[in-house]
Amino acid sequence: MLSDMYETHAYDVLVVGAGGSGLRAAIAAAEGGASVGLVCKSLLGKAHTVMAEGGVAAALGNVDPEDDWRVHFKDTMRGGQFINNWRMVELLAKEAPERVDELERWGALFDRMPDGRINQRPFGAHTYRRLCHVGDRTGLELIRTLQYKAIHCGIGVHMEVTLTRLLLDDGRAAGAFGYYREDGRFVVFKAKVIVLATGGFGRVYNVTSNSWECTGDGIALAYEAGAQLMDMEMVQFHPTGMVWPPGVRGILVTEAVRGDGGILLNAKGERFMERYDPVKKDLSSRDVTSRAIFLEVQAGRGTPHEGVYLDITHRGPEFIKKRLPGMYHQFLRLADVDITKQPMEVGPTIHYAMGGVRVAAETAATNVPGLYAAGELACGVHGANRLGGNALADLLVFGKRAGEAAAAYARDGSAGRIDEHECDVEAARLLAPFEREGGENPYVLQEELQSAMGDHCGIRRNELQLSAGLGRVQELRERSKRVSVRGSRLFNAGWHTTFDFGNMLTVCEAIVRCAIERRESRGAQWREDYPNKDEALGKVNLIAYNDGGQIHVTTAPILAMPAELASLFEEEAADVGRRA
Amino acid sequence: MLDVVLRVFRGDGTSHEERVYTVPVVEGMVVLDAIHYIQHQHDSDLAVRWNCKAGRCGSCSAEINGVPRLLCTARVDALMAEGDIRIGPMRAFPLIKDLVTDVSYNYAVAKQIPPFTPVDEPTPWRMYAEDVERLQEFHRCIECFLCQNVCHILRDHASPFAGPRVLVKIAALEMHPKDTLDRSAFLKDAARVGMCNITKCCTEVCPEDIHITDNAIIPLKERVADRYYDPIQWVLRKVTGRS
Ligand code: SF4
Ligand code: SF4
Ligand code: FES
Repeated sequence: MLSDMYETHAYDVLVVGAGGSGLRAAIAAAEGGASVGLVCKSLLGKAHTVMAEGGVAAALGNVDPEDDWRVHFKDTMRGGQFINNWRMVELLAKEAPERVDELERWGALFDRMPDGRINQRPFGAHTYRRLCHVGDRTGLELIRTLQYKAIHCGIGVHMEVTLTRLLLDDGRAAGAFGYYREDGRFVVFKAKVIVLATGGFGRVYNVTSNSWECTGDGIALAYEAGAQLMDMEMVQFHPTGMVWPPGVRGILVTEAVRGDGGILLNAKGERFMERYDPVKKDLSSRDVTSRAIFLEVQAGRGTPHEGVYLDITHRGPEFIKKRLPGMYHQFLRLADVDITKQPMEVGPTIHYAMGGVRVAAETAATNVPGLYAAGELACGVHGANRLGGNALADLLVFGKRAGEAAAAYARDGSAGRIDEHECDVEAARLLAPFEREGGENPYVLQEELQSAMGDHCGIRRNELQLSAGLGRVQELRERSKRVSVRGSRLFNAGWHTTFDFGNMLTVCEAIVRCAIERRESRGAQWREDYPNKDEALGKVNLIAYNDGGQIHVTTAPILAMPAELASLFEEEAADVGRRA
Repeated sequence: MLDVVLRVFRGDGTSHEERVYTVPVVEGMVVLDAIHYIQHQHDSDLAVRWNCKAGRCGSCSAEINGVPRLLCTARVDALMAEGDIRIGPMRAFPLIKDLVTDVSYNYAVAKQIPPFTPVDEPTPWRMYAEDVERLQEFHRCIECFLCQNVCHILRDHASPFAGPRVLVKIAALEMHPKDTLDRSAFLKDAARVGMCNITKCCTEVCPEDIHITDNAIIPLKERVADRYYDPIQWVLRKVTGRS
């Protein structure tokens, strides 16, 4: 019997990942009456959501009463260059306010306005002041609130577990196989439904704001199980990461610095954003700002460490320490820079995956029966470029929807059958690196992959570089078959890295292949050999799927917006016409 | 290139040793960078927890030269000036391997805290900045458990004291303007707030500069004292919502 061989747990709903979307999904599934298991790669409450700084975008209209969901919808569609799933954007814009409100009912405390309502700050490419925030540690507030809500919902939490394979029964999700990081013992989860919420994959690049966990595990698991991936080329560079000292390169400098008045300057002291976006200037969208910084540095107008300056000193020490305490301490501790007196040095850093697993807008269902996906790992809301604050809104809105849909699916369904032999094969695969000797070092391979992605699939791309990049990824995949690790199964970091690396390879190949196929420049995809938008490519999403062990890329048409949504943009054109 | 010598605790529950590594120094390097260098170049199985490498997640807690600290914010240049750097796991928790300990105790206690129980008022709520800001100090906690590690009452495993982190959480709930629950019985009998003798060691190690003793523990002690020994004060505080 399976349970004689492996530690086995059975749930109606298995949620993989305990960042914002996973926790929100788990809560919703439990409230929907399902028995819920929650698996996370780290300790509870440490997921990358903790790093989110600026806020949750929700059109409450507290600060600017003119704001409502329609404006949020338009800002997000425009930011995503219209390859977003408009239905998901509509849901996001309409439901985010209720999700924020609900967090307060669960004990969260957002920053206030003088009249006691939730305060909202301006952010890049949002028309109105829209981001509900807690200083510059909004993500921490969000994850802690959800964490303490979840532990009182009767959810079975399995910390520090890595899942390496989804188990299917006749094409339908039936469970998952993995190991406890602590001692390497294997574990099998049986489930009627699986919700993947493992976040993004910033770690496939060498300069990233993402924590070590962000290796795209869920995307690789879903892909192997037959799920379609979408628009994987759309990887967001956040314009402001730390650039110095070397050890902290890539760590995020929140957009709230610019939201609160910070300005970008090149080495000559010019406010260069005025040239790239005369209207929104320093609060332009992330893709535009990142490109501007890149070009300034290329043109020789960068700082000594190849960044630009971000200056907020004019707001005064009191304001800065109150509004941006995290940034103040981060620079003082890690870079010996006092941001109340000196400008910061910043440059683009990989921050977010707009692309990911393709899902149905309402339910977060993938094309694999019984498999759902929410949060950064899912694709659809953000299109070609994500606006700040929309990630936290996304994971709350679609985490909840995924959890509810999963609970409903579990109510109607029975548990699938798990093939014991498949588990044995997977166990053998996981143990193989211990049996090899003198093989490849997983850390070295990982570093090579990260630099390959930085070199060949960075902010500015072209076909030649991308093809060479694909070659390097494929070569690394070959070498990954010869990884060997030392030591025991007890908390063995090198052994763990081996499987993270395998996931990263799948993700990277999908990114590069999609980046080759999108022969245009749109949002985060900047092709120097195709500098303009291509109208035809603006009407499709790229779909990557597993075709007999090979990643194959095709296109899927974007459905036309219904009249009532499309008319929102017409009204605006008419408005502009009247004003002109 | 300058080198730094690291003396790292290696081992598990059965046997351990201090292993010496030499690591080249890079400008601005933190101790976690040095640990990663060792993993990549020497011992790939070296166990360490970390996530953000920015002092925000509270995963990389350990002891550096005997002092509980986060590995990712401890600068090598400053430490080097005093000689070799000794790195070991947190001492108050059972060892798993190398720098990783079993911190499940903290999660088990957290689960026992009577949860947020709000008033039955429709939202959105109005709450005032001064009330919210007072609590936001407690909400800054990154659950690094360094305060739990340093508390001598917890280090003495025989006692069922909940520990400073847990008291910070309870304080956040008790002082929340919309919470209705009275946790004094829990504080007195389960969390045993009375056992804390205000040494302030916890406050000293908190990387988030939370005034654990002054702002959380002492007011909680007063609440319990009022509740059980001065009921009139207790009623007054309930009514005014002030501690
Ligand atoms: S003040 Fe109290 S909780 Fe803090 S370390 Fe001392 S005894 Fe422990
Ligand atoms: S109170 Fe401070 S020391 Fe204790 S767990 Fe929280 S952040 Fe860490
Ligand atoms: S790794 Fe997150 S606090 Fe050190």
